Amino acid sequence: MLERALKGSPGYWWLLGSLLAVMTVGVVCYITQFNEGLKITGMSRDISWGLYIAQFTYLVGIAAGGVMVVLPYYIHDYKAFGRITILGEFLAIAAVIMCLLFIFVDIGNPVRMLNVILYPSPRSILFWDMIVLNGYLFLNIIVGWNVLAAERKGVQYKKWVKFLAYVSIPWAFSIHTVTAFLYAGIPGRHLWITAIMAARFLSSAFAAGPSLLLLLCLLVRKLTKFDPGKEQLRTLGGIITYAMILNCFFLLLEVFTAFYSGIPEHQSSLVYLYAGLDGHSRLVPWMWTSVFFCVVALVLLVIPALRRNETTLALGCVAVFIGTWIDKGVGLVIGGFIPNPFHKVIEYMPTAREIIICLAIWATGFFVLTILYKIAISIKEEVGVTNH
Amino acid sequence: MTVDRRKFLKIAGLSAAFGLGGKTAVDIFAPGELFASAGSAVPVATNQKKWAMVIDMKKCLEEQEKGKCNQCMAACHRVHNVPNFGDNIKEEMKWIWQESYEHLFPSQHNEFISEDVKEKPFIALCNHCENPPCCRVCPTKSTWRREDGVVMMDLHRCIGCRFCMAACPFGSRSFNWGDPRKAPKELNPDFPTNMNYPTRTKGVVEKCNFCDERLGVGKIPVCVETCQNINVHALIFGDLNDPASEIRKLLHSRYSIRRKTELGTEPKVYYLI
Repeated sequence: MLERALKGSPGYWWLLGSLLAVMTVGVVCYITQFNEGLKITGMSRDISWGLYIAQFTYLVGIAAGGVMVVLPYYIHDYKAFGRITILGEFLAIAAVIMCLLFIFVDIGNPVRMLNVILYPSPRSILFWDMIVLNGYLFLNIIVGWNVLAAERKGVQYKKWVKFLAYVSIPWAFSIHTVTAFLYAGIPGRHLWITAIMAARFLSSAFAAGPSLLLLLCLLVRKLTKFDPGKEQLRTLGGIITYAMILNCFFLLLEVFTAFYSGIPEHQSSLVYLYAGLDGHSRLVPWMWTSVFFCVVALVLLVIPALRRNETTLALGCVAVFIGTWIDKGVGLVIGGFIPNPFHKVIEYMPTAREIIICLAIWATGFFVLTILYKIAISIKEEVGVTNH
Repeated sequence: MTVDRRKFLKIAGLSAAFGLGGKTAVDIFAPGELFASAGSAVPVATNQKKWAMVIDMKKCLEEQEKGKCNQCMAACHRVHNVPNFGDNIKEEMKWIWQESYEHLFPSQHNEFISEDVKEKPFIALCNHCENPPCCRVCPTKSTWRREDGVVMMDLHRCIGCRFCMAACPFGSRSFNWGDPRKAPKELNPDFPTNMNYPTRTKGVVEKCNFCDERLGVGKIPVCVETCQNINVHALIFGDLNDPASEIRKLLHSRYSIRRKTELGTEPKVYYLI
C-alpha cells in the first residue's frame, strides 16, 4: 500500500517539499538547542515549561478527538462514519507523533531519554503518559492499516482488528485523562489543581479534534475524487457543537469557583491571563482573542441554519481550532506558572528558534498526515468509494 | 482496629492461598496494624535520623542588618559549584537564597504586619519535604527522599523533563538551561570553586541536597557550619527523631512556622520568628 505515497500530482510533491523545507530549518534550530541547551528558548527557572509542552498538551487533544468518529461507528453502529474512520485514525497517528516530538525537544537531556524505561516509576504520571501515548499510536497504526488493507481487497477486516478498535476507544479517553493528570495532581499550581481538568481536556479535545478533521474532510473533497460525505460532515458538526458548549461551560465553572469563593490563589492566574497582574499583561490580548473566537464558534455552531451551511460550519471549525488552541496551547500551561511560588509575576516570551522548532514539528505532523491521507484516499478512489 | 489472634489466622490462611507469608501478608491486608497491636501509643525511638533545619530569623536578620551577611549562601554556592548568572534571572541557579517575608509566606502576609518581618529578607532553600511532590512526579526516580529525610537528586540520571520544577510548590529547584561551566567568567572567575564536588552538565535539575556529601562523613551542612563559625547560630541543623536534639528543644520552646503547610508536603525547614 505504501507505494501509493510515491505517485502523486505536482501539487502533492510541492506540499511535501515545502513541509520538508520547514522541517529542515527546524532541525537546524534543534541542533543549536542540542548543543547550547534549552537556554535558547524563552523558558526560565520560573516558567519551566513553555510552548513545547503547551503544543504537546493541545495535540494530545487532537489525537484523542479522532475517537469521535471511531466511537459512533463501532459502538453505535453508525455506518456513515465508516467512510471517514480511517481519516480520524490517521489524524490521530500524526498528532501522537507530534506529541512525542514535542516531548523530545523539551527534554533537557535527550540522550538519557531511555531512563524512563530503564527506571520505570509508576508513581509518576509522565510514566503512564508514555505508556498510553505509545499504546495509542500503535493501536491506531494497526487498526487503521488493517481496516484500509481489508477495504482495498474488498473483504471484511478480521475480528481481532475489531477488538483492537474497541480497545482504542477507552484508550483515546485515557490519553487525555492521563495528560490532564500531569497538571491536576500538582499541589501549589492553583490554575491546574482542579478536579474538572480531565473533563475540560476531553471536552476541548472533542471540539478541536473533530474540527480539524472536518476541515481536512472539506480539503480532501476539494482536492481529490473522494467525498467524505454530507451526512458525515453534518454529524461531525453536531458533535463539535456539543463538545464546544461543554468546553466553554467548564471554563466558566472554573471562573465561578475562583471568584465566588474569593480565594486569592485560585484567582491570581486567571486574573493574570484575562486582566493582567502586577502590571504584567502579555497574555491578555491572546486570551481575549481566544474568548472572541470561542464566542464566534458558538454562534456559528449553535444556530442550526449556520451549522448546516458548510461554509459557516467550516468557519466555525476554524474558530474552535484557534479559540481552543490559545486557551489550551498557550494560556493553560504558561498561565499555570504565573504567578510563581513566591507570588511574583515573571513572564515568558518564546524565542524565534523555539517558535521555528514548534512550526517544524507541526510541519512534520502534516508531512506524515499528507502521506497517510494520500495512501488512504488513493485506495478509496481505487475501490470506488468516490460518490456518496 | 488491631490484629487479634483470630484475625491474624484469617489473614494467614487467606495469604497462604495467595502464596504470601508472614509479615508481608499482614502489611498487605492490614497495613500498619501489626505494629499498632504491639500496644505502643508513641512512636518507638529508633536510631533512624530525620534531618531538619531550624532558621532563627531574629538572629539572622540582626546579623543581616549589621552588614549584609550572605555567608551561608556564599559558602553553599562555593562548595557546590553553583554558578552565578548575575542579573540574568532566566538562567538563575540557586540552592539557598533570600526572599522577602511576603514572598516566602504569601498567605500569611497582611498590610499591618510587624515591622520586624515586613519586607525583610528571609532565607529560602529546599524544604526536604516528608511528602515531596517532586519525587512523586519524577519519571526516572532521579529525585527521591532518603530514610533520613534528605530529598536527593541524581544528576547522572535526570533527563531534564522539569516535571519536578512544576511540582515543587516552593520554587526550590533550578535547571541548567545551558552548560554551567560556560557561566559568565567575570562573575565566576574561579569556577569550579570546589574541585572535590562535581560540576553539572546542561539539561539537568539541581537543588539543595542538605549537604548529603558532608552528612555522609559526619559533618553538618556547610551553610549551618558557616553560620556557627561567624558566631551567629541562626541556622540550626539536627535530628527531628531525637527529643534531646537542639532543634527539637527550639521547636518546643519557641513558636515556629513553615511554608505552605496546607499543601501537606510536610516541609522540614522551620522558621523561628
